[in-house]
Amino acid sequence: MNSFITNNEGIVLKYIVGTDDFSIVGEVSSKIKKVLKQLNIDNKLIRRVAIATYEAEVNVAIHSLGGYIEVEIIKNEIKIKIRDNGPGIKDTNLAMEKGYSTASTKARELGFGAGMGLPNMKRCSDEFKIESKFGEYTELNMKFVV
Amino acid sequence: MKISKVIELINGKILIGNIDDSINYAFSSDLMSDVLAFVNEDTALLTGLVNNQVIRTAEMLDLGTIIFVRGKIPSEEVVDLAKEREMTLLTTNFTMFEASGVLYKNGIEALRISYE
Ligand SMILES: Nc1ncnc2c1ncn2[C@@H]1O[C@H](COP(=O)(O)OP(=O)(O)OP(=O)(O)O)[C@@H](O)[C@H]1O
Ligand SMILES: [Mg+2]
Repeated sequence: MNSFITNNEGIVLKYIVGTDDFSIVGEVSSKIKKVLKQLNIDNKLIRRVAIATYEAEVNVAIHSLGGYIEVEIIKNEIKIKIRDNGPGIKDTNLAMEKGYSTASTKARELGFGAGMGLPNMKRCSDEFKIESKFGEYTELNMKFVV
Repeated sequence: MKISKVIELINGKILIGNIDDSINYAFSSDLMSDVLAFVNEDTALLTGLVNNQVIRTAEMLDLGTIIFVRGKIPSEEVVDLAKEREMTLLTTNFTMFEASGVLYKNGIEALRISYE
């Protein structure tokens, strides 16, 4: 189900993120990190991308019905899109506030639910956009300058 | 500080890794969200959580050393995940407070975190 496309414009990677197995959460971010390492991208930048991707992957796993992460690596830019199949976020401004969290007990037991994920993604990325339709989807778009 | 010295100070045990590695900083937390939000440098992580997400969090941040406190020992699956990433894992019966305190007293530094 995962795909890998290369063309002269760059590389596009797409990974499915499920919600039924918490123990594999992070696998997608780990794979993305490995690809970036192979491309000899600066370690500090890789670390920022890895943190943001992982936070997003955890969110899809603990807050959504599942979705995907798409990574586009172009010459001087890394674009990451995370889209899920809902339930969406009612108030994205509220969700962006530090400390706001609706995380379940299960997610908290894993060490999540501080309400720091979305602000952290914004901090780590050079451009950050959140879009959500309640009852439908949440989509994040992040850009990193290489 | 060499891992061997750390082990001596916290009366710890090494699960995997290299006792000749060394650490200069430490960050203690059971909240992986906070680790991801505040750690900007190479540091050892002290935690009482022992699930895969601890290893994943360390992986994303390029952290090489994790010290499990309060006698916590991760499962084989978790240890294997860390092994693939060449991490050093220690465990101690000390509480997070005592393990942190002993290391701090002996020269391990705290991270200066920012709240922008
Ligand atoms: N993909 C998503 N689908 C639905 N709701 C989401 C999604 N991502 C975030 N949210 C909502 O936004 C809130 C804030 O998200 P954020 O990532 O900042 O914190 P958290 O996941 O609750 O905790 P942390 O990330 O610190 O572990 C969540 O608690 C949840 O209510
Ligand atoms: Mg989150």
